[in-house]
Formats: sequence, structure tokens, C-alpha cells
Amino acid sequence: MNILKFIESFTTENMMNVKGSRRDIFSQVGLVGKNAALTAIPFGIAALTSTKATAAVKDSTSGNPIAALQLALTLEYLEDEFYQLGLDSGVIPAGGREEKVFMQIAAHESDHVTFLQNGLGANSISKPTFDFTVGGVFDPFNNYAQFLALAQAFEDTGVRAYKGQAANLISTPDLLTAALRIHSVEARHASEVRRLRGLKGWITGSERGAGMPVATQAVYNGEEVTSQAGYDTAFLFGAAAGSEAYDEPLTGPEAVAIASLFIV
Amino acid sequence: MKNEVKIHEVSSSSLKGRREFLKLSGMAVAGTGLFLAGCSYDEKTELNGSFNNTAKMGNNGHFPGVKNGIFDLGGNDFGVLTYAYALEQLEADFYTKVVNASGFSSTFNDIEKEVLTDLYHHEVIHREFFKTALTSGLPNPKHQLLPDLSFAYGNLNFNNRDQVLATAKALEDTGVAAYNGAGRLLSNPDYLLLAGKIVSVEARHASAIRSLINPNSADFAGDDVIDMTTGLDVSKNPSEVALIAATFITTPFTAKYLP
Repeated sequence: MNILKFIESFTTENMMNVKGSRRDIFSQVGLVGKNAALTAIPFGIAALTSTKATAAVKDSTSGNPIAALQLALTLEYLEDEFYQLGLDSGVIPAGGREEKVFMQIAAHESDHVTFLQNGLGANSISKPTFDFTVGGVFDPFNNYAQFLALAQAFEDTGVRAYKGQAANLISTPDLLTAALRIHSVEARHASEVRRLRGLKGWITGSERGAGMPVATQAVYNGEEVTSQAGYDTAFLFGAAAGSEAYDEPLTGPEAVAIASLFIV
Repeated sequence: MKNEVKIHEVSSSSLKGRREFLKLSGMAVAGTGLFLAGCSYDEKTELNGSFNNTAKMGNNGHFPGVKNGIFDLGGNDFGVLTYAYALEQLEADFYTKVVNASGFSSTFNDIEKEVLTDLYHHEVIHREFFKTALTSGLPNPKHQLLPDLSFAYGNLNFNNRDQVLATAKALEDTGVAAYNGAGRLLSNPDYLLLAGKIVSVEARHASAIRSLINPNSADFAGDDVIDMTTGLDVSKNPSEVALIAATFITTPFTAKYLP
């Protein structure tokens, strides 16, 4: 029995009865992990429990909900540790808007880590070791401008990465809904961080925006799309507005390539 | 309406949800001309109290179209997209009125004007996108394409900054919750991705509007919308969203086949 079949059968039997309250969804997501722990591990799930981020991604293009959520957890680990280190370092100006913003964002990322760990249960993955200086290139915990720039890159990456995993969760509606509800939180964060940096809250073309390191361009490549299901979104107001109106997905490998920059 | 309330009791998971429905449905009926029919009794729906089996119907099930003299949004993938089209019509109409209001240039500062003009562009693009996509995708668009809806905003003064921003916040938050709740109803992964491309932009909007209203705060992703334990944003079913949209949409329509 492969993991996908297992989850499908579980979904049919139990998840369809979820009434949709927040608590129910939460407990159902938790149940997936518990049942997977009891039943699926003997059937060769070891590869999916690897601590390496790339392992999570191997199957994330093939409709595997577990791999999709493992990728999500990897990105949440990254964001959670980044903001925690940022708050601990004192790089964020204290007592004003910035501190309120990043305390709120940090709280959400921490919640997302816990939520995904609980949801994945035995399929959860360990936190990678991060290096936010990328071998000494960046200094985000002493340089606030760099901290802000990386925060923007991480949030915009998160939005695109979750979007890219949605289709892999289509057969597990409760997991899909949970992922969508994280996805929109990442987008709220991204908008605020961008606005803190003096940018628009939305992405124009494939512009990374003023002050963003060239190294972050991979986060924005492909955002310039102005054709959606055959409709020319540039037709009415031009390409800038047309591209802003839609966020584009990142594939699992693309998201991992970005995250891997910061994983030792 | 009796029958409709009964139906929602079947799908409602909590007493709180039930009470909210009753309260809101009374408001909707009193306040507008919307025929809010909720979900019809469907034998499959009735059996397990869940809409998952009936709503996610791909190209099967109920298409949008006039039923008993009133346009029904439908219940298959096209129904979900038509539901999104209705919401985008509302948002586009609202921002069109905002940027064309007589006092627009003096009511708002430069940043606010830029944000509201961008939102006007984005929402009109979303509306026209759905109109085009549905027209080409529906088997019989002449009868199945949702007509242009009419809107009313009560006493809203479009030259009042606080009122406009408060309404924008409500619409954007509702849009986010609506798309978050609708994703699971879609069976076609391409449609799911398109909805995903739009919902994150709506969330960026919601954040920006909230930040304009209260910049020195965590309101951009406030505790009123993001669950403080799970960090999850709001998700709403079409029936819940219809009650909110009914405050503004004056064209009668039903959503009998959506949860």
C-alpha cells in the first residue's frame, strides 16, 4: 500500500465527515499523522522522513500530500528561525511598528511549524541547520536593511511555494484547506514586509524591488506572466497591473533551490 | 426561508455557526433583495451531513443558470468559478466607484490613492478574466454565464476615507476567506491553481488596506483574522460568504448547490 492510496482511503472514510470547524480540521490533520505512523511506515516511507529538504521535494511533484507538507514545514522552519533570531538579535528597531510587525509574523510562523509538525505526525521532518549569512555574504542580524530584504524574499517565496503545492493536496481536502489558510497568511506577511520596505504589497512583473540583493532574483523570476488561461491580463491596464493581479507558483524543486541557499 | 435554515442545520457543525446563520440570514432578508436559498436538500448531502461529496463535482452536477426564474450559481467546478466571478464583480464595482468618486483626489493621500487605484485595476482584471474564462469554458455560456450583477452600498459615502477603507477591508478579508473555503470544492487542478494565484493577491490587498487603516500595528494579519493557536487565516463556505455579499448585491441569485 503506498502512502497516497493510504491517505486516499483515510480521506474517504473519515475526512469527508469533517464538519468544517476549526477544531475539527485541526484534529483531523493530526489524525493523518497518527494513522500514517501506525500503518504506513513499514511500507517504505523512510525516504520521506529524511531530514534533508530535498528528500521532501522528490515526490512533491507527483501529487504526494505528505511531501507537499514536508516542503511546507521546511520553509516554515526557515522563516520561524529567521524571525526568532532577528527578534533575539536586537536588529529590529524596538518599540515601534517594525517590532509589532515582526513579533506578529514570528508568532504565526511558529504556529505554522507546530501545526505542520502535528499534522505530519510521524512523517514530520527535523529542522535543518540554517545559515542566514549564506557563508558570510549576508549579515541580517546586524544589518536591518538586509534583515528586511531577506524577510521579503522568504515571504514572497512562501506564497509561491504553497501555491505550487496546492494541486498535490487536491485529494486531501482538509489538508488543502489548511495549506490555503497558511498561504494567505504568508501573502499578508509579504505585503506588509514589502510595504515596510517602501514597495507595493504586490509583485510587479518579475521585479525584486529596490534594495533587494541580486541573489534574490530567483524568487521573482516567472512572476511577469500576463496570460491567465488564455486571457490577456495586460489588455486593460498594461503589463504591470496585469502581472500584479496574479501571483505565480514555484515548483517544489524551485522552492527548495531557494531554501537550500540557507541550509547548511 | 424555513426550509433553508433547516438545511443549514444539517451542514452546520456548531451551535455557534447555527446561531450566526440565523442572525445573518434575518439581516440578509430584511436588508436586500437577494434570494438566499442556501443549499438544497440533496440526498447525498443529507446522508452524511457533509457537502464534500456533492460539491466537488468537476464537470458533473449542476451548471450555473436560471432555475425557477432566478440565476443559480451552480454546483460543479463552473459553479465555484461563477461564485468567484460574482465576488470579483462586487469588488470591481466597489473600487470603480471609489476611484471615480468626486472627492477621490482630496479624500485620500498619495499612498492611499496608489493602493486603491491598483486594487481597482486588479479587481477589474479578475472580473474580466472570469468573464472571459467562463464564456469560453461553459458549454452554453448564453444561458450559463452569470449576468452583470447590480450593487447598492446603502449609506456608504465614497468621499469618506474611513468608510471606504473599512468597506475595502471587509471585502478583501471576505475574498480571502471565500477563496480559502472554495479551494476544496474544485476538482480541476488548473482551476485550483488559478484560484490560488488570485487569493494571495487578495490577501496582499487585505494586508495593505488594514495597514493603511492602522499602520502602527499588527492588524495587517491581525488576531481578528488569523487564528492565534494555529496561525491559519479565515476560511468561509459560499453560504457564509453569500450572507456578507448580500449586503451589497441587489440582483437576485441563488447558490442552492454550493455548501
